[in-house]
Formats: sequence, structure tokens, C-alpha cells
Amino acid sequence: MTEANDKTPVGGGSVAAPDERVKPEAIKAIPVRHYGRWVSSVVVLFLLAAIVLAFSRGQIEWSVVGEYINDGTVIRGAWATLQLTLYAMLIGVVLGMVLAVMRLSQNPVLRNVAWGYIWFFRGTPVLVQLFLWFNLSLVFTYVDLGPIYKNEMTDVMTPFMAALLGLGLNEAAYMAEIGRAGIQSVDRGQTEAAHALGMSPAKTTRRIVLPQAMRVIIPPTGNEFINMLKTSSLAYVIGFSELFLVSREVGSVNLAVMELLIVVTIWYLILTTIFSIGQYYLERHFARGSDRALPPTPLQKIRANVLSFRRQAGPGGVGA
Amino acid sequence: MTSLSKQPMVKAEAVHKSFGLIEVLKGIDLEVQQGEVFCLVGPSGSGKSTFLRCINHLEKINAGRLYVDGQLVGYRQKGDKLYELKEREVADQRKDIGMVFQRFNLFPHMTALQNVMEAPMQVKGESKANARERAAKLLERVGLGDRKGNYPAQLSGGQQQRVAIARALAMDPKLMLFDEPTSALDPELVGEVLDVMRDLAESGMTMVVVTHEMGFAREVGDSLVFMDGGVVVESGHPRDVLSNPQHDRTKAFLANVL
Ligand SMILES: Nc1ncnc2c1ncn2[C@@H]1O[C@H](COP(=O)(O)OP(=O)(O)O)[C@@H](O)[C@H]1O
Ligand SMILES: [Mg+2]
Repeated sequence: MTEANDKTPVGGGSVAAPDERVKPEAIKAIPVRHYGRWVSSVVVLFLLAAIVLAFSRGQIEWSVVGEYINDGTVIRGAWATLQLTLYAMLIGVVLGMVLAVMRLSQNPVLRNVAWGYIWFFRGTPVLVQLFLWFNLSLVFTYVDLGPIYKNEMTDVMTPFMAALLGLGLNEAAYMAEIGRAGIQSVDRGQTEAAHALGMSPAKTTRRIVLPQAMRVIIPPTGNEFINMLKTSSLAYVIGFSELFLVSREVGSVNLAVMELLIVVTIWYLILTTIFSIGQYYLERHFARGSDRALPPTPLQKIRANVLSFRRQAGPGGVGA
Repeated sequence: MTSLSKQPMVKAEAVHKSFGLIEVLKGIDLEVQQGEVFCLVGPSGSGKSTFLRCINHLEKINAGRLYVDGQLVGYRQKGDKLYELKEREVADQRKDIGMVFQRFNLFPHMTALQNVMEAPMQVKGESKANARERAAKLLERVGLGDRKGNYPAQLSGGQQQRVAIARALAMDPKLMLFDEPTSALDPELVGEVLDVMRDLAESGMTMVVVTHEMGFAREVGDSLVFMDGGVVVESGHPRDVLSNPQHDRTKAFLANVL
């Protein structure tokens, strides 16, 4: 240190040319020890170990869990859950965006109809809505669309249809609000610039406003997707054979209630994890242009985390 | 650039504009000749931006008449009745009028090249290859040939504004409107944008420029109008108005900006 200092000109004398200047010695300080971090880690790990131990000793036949995790009936239930979720979200997203545009429209009729829709569907429990759809045959015996289509309501309103409509229409109300927030987040200047170039209002919405709104819309939509995966289990009350219902049935028939509940839990986690990963890449795609650099992918993040952990743990830490 | 047969590019007759109860333009009369650089100066809030936005019908005027290249802006006159134009017809009028904004308003989700290609493809139905080639040329012209793939967030303010000028030029406009194009820029970036505008003026483009850059107005401008409180206070050749203002309000304003 002193040696380096001696060679660095200090005030008074002439300023040394850059190449003559000696780079000061790199700092080698003893890092702050985070004792709290270590203590809290130990406590949390201990609690986790206790939980794992408890479950391994509980009266759970883990082999049964393993047996039913890829049971045909269970997988068909998972598939039904996935389909119901995708279709309900499709209805929710498309109808939601239409409602969002309606709510921001200049036309007072469209605006108020959209408002009323959102008011109704957000204001009632989705469980009640499911029963309402399922029991529609109590008040309408036929679905009669004149010469195009006519059928008995009980034939049309299968458990799947009722679940799809109940979940999808309810979701549209939430997606409408998400869409509205997204559209309103886009700067007015963008619309003006597009109009000034001669773009029609419809093109402006489609090419300029919606792609930018997406950046705001996608993250909460991902959450809605994951919520829908879980909420779709409510469809069991109207007898739709999704993941939860089939697992209840398989579990009670085989006297393995807890085992099947664990199977269900694992399946929901698998599905939600897949969706989370998809959401991440979608967000990355729509973030283009918003930052100077794109956010790292999970792999890049893991690598960076490992590196920074090594660095933190470096001197005096656990062997890396 | 002067020819007796040519009608003015912009003609305003007693243009009035109110926002609610506040009258912002109180009867503007002026003419912008073809090929001329027409500078609009005046204190903040005097209605310069509003007037500019009336020219491409981003704002609707409440009274008076506004013509671009002999066509009534935003309306059709039949007998003594005015009919509002349909959205598509308004869009049609706008595609011949380029506009450059104070805050650039580039499309942030598109690269510089895509920003310039967008309107020719979407509005004129140009092919992608064609649009790309012309956009590349325009970016070269504004000195950004090496920035085609950059998103706006990756460009400096001066570069963004030059892309915005290229974007407007891509529609082959007959008239360019500039609303304080250098006001949001760091001082050292103002020059590069003014250079592009000077080039454009030399190529014979008709330009209406709202600006506080009196040097530019004096050097490049062919006419200058001083506005205050929603009226034209004084107009003439930039050198005359700037060196020898007649009106007290003009003198006070110029004393502040020069
Ligand atoms: N959309 C609007 N609604 C209400 N008032 C407005 C609107 N746009 C502009 N104004 C008002 O009109 C006046 C003139 O504004 P502007 O044309 O932007 O002035 P300048 O560009 O000369 O600074 C200002 O007082 C401003 O507040
Ligand atoms: Mg202004």
C-alpha cells in the first residue's frame, strides 16, 4: 500500500502521464460475516427436515403414490383439467380483450354493457356461476336458435360445457380489467404518431397499442392461467371428471385417500410449473425494446446465482 | 420554388379552437407556400402545438377553414354545408402530412428499421422488401445507416428524433410538421437534428416548424410567424422579424429567447 502511494503523485507536483501512473493495489478487506444468515438457514433447514421426517413416518404408502402418479385415470383427469383450463382461458382472454376495448370505446352503449358485464361476473362467486350454468335446463328446456340449431338443454349443458362457460365467462371479467390497464398504460403519443402516419384506428390498436399493452397484460395473465388451473378443480361439484374429481374417486375406491391427494398435489405442481416457465419466455418476448438488454433466461440466472454464491461464500465460507 | 399557378400548401382562414370554455386559437390567418420553411414561434401556451395539430386534424377546429394543398382538412363542403370526413378519409389526408413530435414518439417495440417500414407497409400496402430497402436508404440519409437494428431505447435522443424524421419521410409527404423537434434534446444533440432538417429544407420540402431555435429560423426559414395568446401578432421574413420586431410582445419574447 505505502509503496503504491509513494509512486502516485499527490497534489503539488506535475500530473503524471496516464501510462506512468501506477494502479493502486486491489482492496483485500475481510468481508462482513453474516452470522444471522447462517443461523436462520440452519433453523429453516431443521424445520424442513422435521416436516419431511414426519411425512415419511406418517401412515402414507409412498409406493401407492408412485403407483398412481401415472395411473391412466389420473392422467386422463390431468388432461381434462388442462383442456378445461386452456379453453376457459381462451374464452376469458378473447372475450376479455373485446370487453376491454368496449370499456374504452367512445360508444356509451358498448362502454356501459362492458361495465355491467364486469360488474355481474366479478360480483358473484364462480361456484354459484357454475351451478347456474349447470342447472340452466331447469328454466330453459331447449336451446333454440331458430332454424340453425335446436337441442335439449340437458344434452347441451354437459358438465364440461357448464364448467367451460362458468369459468370462461367469469375469467373474461378479470381479463377485461387486465386488458384495460394494459391499454391505458400505452402513451397517448403512440396513438397520435400512428394516426399522424395515416394509420386507421383499428390498425393503430392492433399494430401499435396492443403489442405495447402486452407487456403489461402478460404477467397478470400468467397468474390468471395458473389460478385457472387450480380453480378448475371447482368443476368437480358439477361432476366434471377433472384431476381432482377422478383422484377423489380413485382414492376412495382404493382406500388411499391421502396418497391420491398427494398424487393430485404433485400433478397440479407439475402443471403450474410448466405454465410458469412458458409465462417467463412469453414475458421475455414482449419485453423487447423496453430495456437496453433482455432479462436473463433461467439458465443464465442459475449460472449467475451460483457464481455470486461462490463469490459471497468465497473467503472463509463453505468450500465452493 | 415560386410559381404563380401554385396554391398555398397550407391556408388558414380565421381558425378558432377551444378546449371546453378556453379558447386557444382565436382566429388564425396564414398561408404556407409550397417549398417554404415556415417557422412558428411564440411563448409557451400560445397555441403553436394546437395549430400544428389542427393541420393534420389531430385536433378539430371549431370555426374557420383550414386547407392543405387546396383540400379542406377533416371536412367536405357541399354547397354551404360541411360534412365530417370518415375516419378512413381523415387517415387518407394524414398520410401525405408528416409529423415530428417533441418527444419523438417512436414505436418502442420496433427497431429503427421497423419504425420506418411500418407505415408504408400498413398504410400504403408496400411490399416488405420494398419498404425495407427504402427504410434503409432513409436511415442512411439521416446518418443512421448503422443503427437499423437498434430499438429506440438503445438510441440517444438525437438519434431517435432522426429516426422519427425518417419514419415521417417514408410516407413521401408533401408537407412536414415539426413540433419543437429539438426541445427535448440535450444541447449537444440539437445540432445533428437541425442538420437533417436543413438538408430536408434544401431538398425543397415544405416545412412548418415550431421552434425556439432562432438561429435555425433565421438561417433556414423563409417565413416566420410570431404567435401569442392564440393570435398571430407579427409575421414576415425571419431576418426582418427577428432583427427588427415591430410589436412590443415580439420584442419582449425575443429578448427572452435570444
Ligand atoms: N387537450 C387539451 N385540453 C385542454 N387544454 C389544452 C389541450 N391542449 C392544449 N391545451 C391548452 O391550450 C393552450 C395552448 O397549448 P399549446 O398549443 O400546447 O401551446 P404551445 O405549443 O404554444 O406551448 C395551453 O393553455 C394548453 O394548456
Ligand atoms: Mg407546444
